[in-house]
Amino acid sequence: MKNKLLARTARLGGLSSALLLAGCELDVLDPKGPVGEGVKTLITTSVIAMLIVVVPTIILTLWFAWQYRQSNTSAEYLPKWSHSNKIEVVIWGVPSLIILFLAVITYQTCHSLDPYKPLEAEANTKPLHVQVVAQDWKWLFIYPEQGIATVNQLAMPVNTPVDFDITSDSVMNSFFIPRLGSMIYAMAGMQTQLHLLASEPGDYMGESANYSGRGFSDMRFHALAMSNDEFNAWVEKVRASSEQLDGQTYPKLAAPSEANPVEYFAHVEPGMFNTIVAKYNNGMVMDKSTGKMIQVQSAMSDMNMKE
Amino acid sequence: MLGRLSLSAIPLDVPILVGTFIGVLVVGVAVLGLITYYGKWGYLWKEWFTSVDHKRLAVMYIVLALVALARGFADAVMMRTQLALAYAGNPGYLPPHHYDQIFSAHGTIMIFFLAMAFMTGLFNFIVPLQIGARDVAYPFLNNLSFWMTAVAFILVNISLFIGEFSQCGWLAYPPLSEMQFSPGVGVDYYIWAIQISGVGTLLTGVNFFVTIVKMRAPGMSWLKMPVFTWTAFCSSILIMATFPVLTVAVALLGLDRYFGMHFFTNDGGGNQMLYLNLIWAWGHPEVYILVLPAFGVFSEVVPAFSGKPLFGYKTMIYATCSIMVLSFLVWVHHFFTMGAGPDVNAFFGIATMIISIPTGVKLFNWLFTMYKGRIQYHACMYWAVGFMVVFTIGGMTGVMMAIPGSDFVLHNSLFLIAHFHNVIIGGVYFGYVCGMNFWAPKVLGFKMNEAWGIRAFWFWLVGFFFAFMPLYVLGFEGMTRRMNHYDNPAWHPWMLIAEVGAVLILLGVVCQLMQIFVSIRDCNKPENRDFSGDPWNGRTLEWSTSSPPPVYNYAIVPHVSSLDAYMHDKENGIDTRQAGAQYTAIHMPKNTASGICVGTFALIFGFAAVWYIWWLAAIGIVGVIATVIARSANKDIDYYIPAEEVARIENEHTRKLMAQAAE
Repeated sequence: MKNKLLARTARLGGLSSALLLAGCELDVLDPKGPVGEGVKTLITTSVIAMLIVVVPTIILTLWFAWQYRQSNTSAEYLPKWSHSNKIEVVIWGVPSLIILFLAVITYQTCHSLDPYKPLEAEANTKPLHVQVVAQDWKWLFIYPEQGIATVNQLAMPVNTPVDFDITSDSVMNSFFIPRLGSMIYAMAGMQTQLHLLASEPGDYMGESANYSGRGFSDMRFHALAMSNDEFNAWVEKVRASSEQLDGQTYPKLAAPSEANPVEYFAHVEPGMFNTIVAKYNNGMVMDKSTGKMIQVQSAMSDMNMKE
Repeated sequence: MLGRLSLSAIPLDVPILVGTFIGVLVVGVAVLGLITYYGKWGYLWKEWFTSVDHKRLAVMYIVLALVALARGFADAVMMRTQLALAYAGNPGYLPPHHYDQIFSAHGTIMIFFLAMAFMTGLFNFIVPLQIGARDVAYPFLNNLSFWMTAVAFILVNISLFIGEFSQCGWLAYPPLSEMQFSPGVGVDYYIWAIQISGVGTLLTGVNFFVTIVKMRAPGMSWLKMPVFTWTAFCSSILIMATFPVLTVAVALLGLDRYFGMHFFTNDGGGNQMLYLNLIWAWGHPEVYILVLPAFGVFSEVVPAFSGKPLFGYKTMIYATCSIMVLSFLVWVHHFFTMGAGPDVNAFFGIATMIISIPTGVKLFNWLFTMYKGRIQYHACMYWAVGFMVVFTIGGMTGVMMAIPGSDFVLHNSLFLIAHFHNVIIGGVYFGYVCGMNFWAPKVLGFKMNEAWGIRAFWFWLVGFFFAFMPLYVLGFEGMTRRMNHYDNPAWHPWMLIAEVGAVLILLGVVCQLMQIFVSIRDCNKPENRDFSGDPWNGRTLEWSTSSPPPVYNYAIVPHVSSLDAYMHDKENGIDTRQAGAQYTAIHMPKNTASGICVGTFALIFGFAAVWYIWWLAAIGIVGVIATVIARSANKDIDYYIPAEEVARIENEHTRKLMAQAAE
């Protein structure tokens, strides 16, 4: 899959971004996972390709602007000259070639960096499944396999692919952890997917990248990447909470709140995520594996959710 | 009786707004008082408000645009100041409720009432003169278009003091803009302002399309048409093709809000992405509607001040037309992150970057126009060279975001904000200001002040870099747009630099106002007056008539035999004016109050619809319809300027030309 040219320019890109990074911390260009690495390579490659045209254009602009000023009577003046086939070929040709190159890497990276594409994991590493719900104005993370849920804190073991299913129980938001790479919209009645992986332990900022109203600025979360053991201990810590998330407690959580603190739920009712999606969808939800619409078992039909 | 409107709708609890209101009141009373004192109401009404003369309307559009600039720019400075302060626990001075209105109003005003009005002003300024026409095809509609735009801007500003403005961003994405999440009047103000100004813009598009197709001077075939007119033509086509889409998208949102329908709601089968598709099917062509005429300005200015014809005229036309077509094929790049498949994203990404090829060609064409020229550095040329540098950077960052993989981390970040201000300020605004400096002597009869113009340029240019380069960095640091406060220490220094930039740009705006003031003050100084009609040794027809042109523009409609018709005539000793020829009476449209009447009723309707005052809304809508019917039935809409009067005006101008030649 990997393109030679891409790899070669990427090396150059690494150098230039290292220079760029010297002064400040650029989250997006200092990624902590393979998705972010891929995007960074893409950005640096494309920038270098474009600089081939951009730098000469700017230099020529300033040079011509200076050289052919009225007071410089020693410069040649051709008051009638307005056409040259040679120049036309160059000014159409060179940009076209660069765009051709960019088009190829665009097509390739659209596939290789497709947020819906599961990430390759090392042998015997099982991906972690997390369901994300954007609410007014906080993030709910449901761990269906662990049966727990949290608000505004996302934990994951390092070097483990994380499969996110994302929806919204309110307006549109965008789920984004800059250090890890791509974002994707969270929309009510729909489920989007994202695959990320953290390759280094750390506490990474997560945020909504789509304005969602009054409490938007505080709609942030901590994405904690940790070792497997630490992750297991974290799961136990969540399980030790006295809170439960079910049809009764959910509406209270979903009600608008600003700068919501981190919350833990020791138990989450199975099927919660699908119920949230389905309530905007006439009780239907799309089955990811088959692409068919299925009726949600309304174990939580008593869930008194807002319209 | 008053619908939702009550005294509590007046935001007396917000000191900033009370202060603003008092300020507006004082200035307003002062202006109105001065007009009354000098007895100018009749003059304003007869010569300006009811005028159907495209040159008068052009001036009114540009005045409107400058007022909108003041409002929109005040919003910008307030936002920057908020973000310079609101850090690490400090809430700043603007609570979200106010801040969210400000960024929504900033975008709405800058695009619809600064950029669109300025652009329409330039169309009005130049297109009829440049093609040798006596007016636009539909002079009354032209006046109506202006008033629809003006009252829509008034409606937006009423929201400052009565109720609130939208808090949903300049495009009012649902479901946030739906009744469930935004029950206030803000979104309704937005909806009616957009719809009313949309009528004006659509009529402008139709008007200039017909004018350019039907009213070119004899001999002016398509490939002899000046580049600015070409860009106005492409822009008009885009307006006609896309503004109806905007109208429909916003109307559907209105149906959701007013009649409880479910086009874009979360539930009831609505789909928010339908709105995004519609709004960007308009929104992306919209940026080309704005920037193509700016390209047109540079294509006139750079040759004029380089003392050479435009390099690659035909290439320029092909590039303009291909940008026009391609601009329809790229709208999905505004929401790659919705989760469309990789092939869909790749298609729209690649289509987007293809646009950069003709755009790049245009830049090279201006570059090679300067090459081996004799460049005179008037203020307009500063804006043009500044544009070429700034816009190149903006183009590059645009292509970066066109690559879906990169957009997945840059989308909605401050990188995006930096990018589009990079192209809108560096391209559109620099272009329009350049055009204003270039054509002002034609329309006003005197040149604009050079020194203040150049100062304004430097403040804008340097201010731009200070204000927006930090935003590129902040985008890479993961800061998203529309944040009200933050606590990331890495962001704060960049925000402070951006604040410095905003202050520098403020100085630039002040210099521009000074430029206008000084130009008007010194308008009678001999070195500023333009008696020749051709202060820059221009190439196109508009420079062949007097400055300001007579109401009929051309006593004898010029014959065009070549590109750069006026330059061709000058070089071959042909008198484009055909002075002393046998003049005939000229058929002209009469001024009319219908435009301002329809506008006023539309404003009444819009305000009433926002507040659910249905009886008043009925009065508004009946008033609009009745005025249109009355106007249609009116047969007394034209008059003739007698041949003797034409001869008198023309001989007067000829005498001035001779006197100047004799000096």
